[in-house]
Amino acid sequence: MNSYNFAYLDEQTKRMIRRAILKGLAVPGYQVPFASREMPMPYGWGTGGVQVSAAIMTPADRFKVIDQGSDDTTNAVSIRRFFERTAGVEVTETTTEATVIQTRHRIPEMPLTSGQILVYQVPIPEPLRFLEPSEVETRKMHSLEEYGLMHVKLYEDISQHGAIATAYAYPVKVEGRYVMDPSPIPKFDNPKLESPAIQLFGAGREQRIYALPPHTRVVSLDFEDFPFEANKADAACELCAADTSYLDEVIMDDAGHRMFVCSDTDFCASRRAAGHAGIQEAAI
Amino acid sequence: MKDMAPDTGVLLSVRGLSKFYGPRIGCKDVSFDLYPGEVMGIVGESGSGKSTLLNCLAGHLPTDHGEVLFSGRDGGLRDTLQMSEPERRMLGRTDWAFVHQHARDGLRMNVSAGGNVGERQMAVGARHYGAIRDSAIDWLGRVEIAEDRIDDRPTAFSGGMQQRLQIARNLITGPRLVFMDEPTGGLDVSVQARLLDLLRGLVREMGLSAVIVTHDLAVVRLLADRLMVMKDGHVVETGLTDQVLDDPQHGYTQLLVSSVLQV
Ligand SMILES: Nc1ncnc2c1ncn2[C@@H]1O[C@H](COP(=O)(O)OP(=O)(O)OP(=O)(O)O)[C@@H](O)[C@H]1O
Ligand SMILES: [Mg+2]
Ligand SMILES: [Zn+2]
Repeated sequence: MNSYNFAYLDEQTKRMIRRAILKGLAVPGYQVPFASREMPMPYGWGTGGVQVSAAIMTPADRFKVIDQGSDDTTNAVSIRRFFERTAGVEVTETTTEATVIQTRHRIPEMPLTSGQILVYQVPIPEPLRFLEPSEVETRKMHSLEEYGLMHVKLYEDISQHGAIATAYAYPVKVEGRYVMDPSPIPKFDNPKLESPAIQLFGAGREQRIYALPPHTRVVSLDFEDFPFEANKADAACELCAADTSYLDEVIMDDAGHRMFVCSDTDFCASRRAAGHAGIQEAAI
Repeated sequence: MKDMAPDTGVLLSVRGLSKFYGPRIGCKDVSFDLYPGEVMGIVGESGSGKSTLLNCLAGHLPTDHGEVLFSGRDGGLRDTLQMSEPERRMLGRTDWAFVHQHARDGLRMNVSAGGNVGERQMAVGARHYGAIRDSAIDWLGRVEIAEDRIDDRPTAFSGGMQQRLQIARNLITGPRLVFMDEPTGGLDVSVQARLLDLLRGLVREMGLSAVIVTHDLAVVRLLADRLMVMKDGHVVETGLTDQVLDDPQHGYTQLLVSSVLQV
C-alpha cells in the first residue's frame, strides 16, 4: 500500500506544474516561475527535475535517470527508486527504451527521438546571474532582449584564458530570442540541444521551469573570431574504443594511473555488448 | 572663409519639467534648450535639485510634469518621457551616456577594464573580439589608462582612474549627449584638474553636447558654455557662463560667486 498520490505530488500541484511546462513550451527558453513544492529530498538533489518528471509521468512510461552520464550513482539510483515506488513505473538504463529521462549534467550520446522527453535538473536557471545579481534587472534584460552582457562574459573568458574557457553551462540563444542556460552540461552536448525530443528544465530552489520543444533552433553564443567549438578530450574510450563520445578521465589507482572512459555508461556498455573493445578491454 | 558650425537646431529642449517627492519639491518648472556641441552647467547648493533634474532628464526618475524633447538622428524632436521603456533604454546605450558621481555606480566592478569599455559595443551588436579589444585599447589610451591595465578590474584602480574608465565606457559608442553628475566630486584636487583637462579635450574633439551637474564653479568655468543656477528646486539664473560668473544678476548667484571667490 502506498499513501501517496501517483508520482507523489497531488493532482493540483501537477496541474500547476503542467501549466508552467506548457507555457515554457509555448515560449521556448523563457523562464516560467512556478511554486516549487517540498520534496522528500534536499534542494540540490534535483527537486526541480523531480517535480517536472512527476508532473509529466504516466503509468505507461519507462523511466531512466542519469547523473553525469551514469545510471548508478547514489543520486540517480535514489530518484529512479523514488518513481518506482511512488508511480510504479517501469525503469530502464537503456536510453533508446526510455520514454522519460531525467538528467543531471549530460545529454545521452544516443540520439533522442520524437516521443522521448528529457528532463534536466537545473541549479541556476539565470544565465545573466553571474554578471547581474539583481533579479529585477535580469528579468528586464530578458524582456527587452538586452543581451550585451552575455558577450561581456565571453569577452572576459577570452581576455583571461585566450579562448572561451566556459566549458559547462555554455549559454545559448533559443529561436533567436531568449538567452538560456542549458544547465551544467558540457559544451560538447550543446549541439544535441537541437533535438526531436521534448526538453524540460526544472530549477527547484529557484522555482523556474523552461523548455525546448522538438526541433527548436538553439545557437551557442560566440564571437566571429572565436567561434563556438563543441570539444572533448582528444582520446578514445579505453573500454569501448568510441572516439566521438564525451569522455571522463578516471583515476584508476593510488599510483595516479588515469584512463579515459565514456561518461555515458549505457552508451559504453551497449558498445561493448556489440563487440567493441578499447585498449583496456583488449589488454584484459 | 566659413568655419562656423551650421545652424542645426536644438538638440535637447526641456519644457516645464517638475518633480516632487511627495509634498517636497525635487525640481520645479525647469525649461532650457541645449544646442549641438554645447555644454550646459548646472550649479547650486546641496539639495537644490541638481541630481533630481539630471536623473529626470536621463529618464532614470519618473517625472511629474513637463517634456524632454530630444532630436533623434532622423532630425525630429521626440518627447523622451513619452517613449516606451525599451526605446528609452536603447537611447541610453546609443545616443545618450551617463557619468555617475561614484564610478562604482557606473562601472561593473567584477569585470575587467576592457570588458567595461567594450560592453556598450557588444550591447549594440559588436561580435568581433579583436575589434572590440582594439577599440577598448584605443579608448583606454584616450583617457590616459595604460594598455597593460586592460585586463585589470576597476577595483585595482585609483578613484581618478575609475572615473576615467567610466568616461571611456560611456563615450566609446559616440553618444550625442552626455549627462554627468559631479564627475570630479570626491577626487582630490590635482586628480580633479587632470580629469577636467581630459574632459575638456574630449568635449572639444568629439563636439560633445553635455549637461554637467556640479557645485564646483571651477568646473563650470572650464567646461560649460552656459550655466544654470538652481536653488530650492528652482532655476534662479541662467546665461552664458562667463556672464553669469562675472556679472551675476540674482542675489543668490552673487552670494554663490562671492563665497567661492573667498575660498
Ligand atoms: N529619493 C528622495 N526622496 C525624497 N526626497 C528626495 C529624494 N531625493 C532627493 N530628495 C530631495 O529633493 C531635493 C533635491 O535633491 P537633489 O539630490 O536633487 O539635490 P542636489 O542638488 O543633487 O544635491 P547634492 O549637491 O547634495 O547632490 C532635496 O530636498 C532632497 O532632500
Ligand atoms: Mg546631487
Ligand atoms: Zn566507452
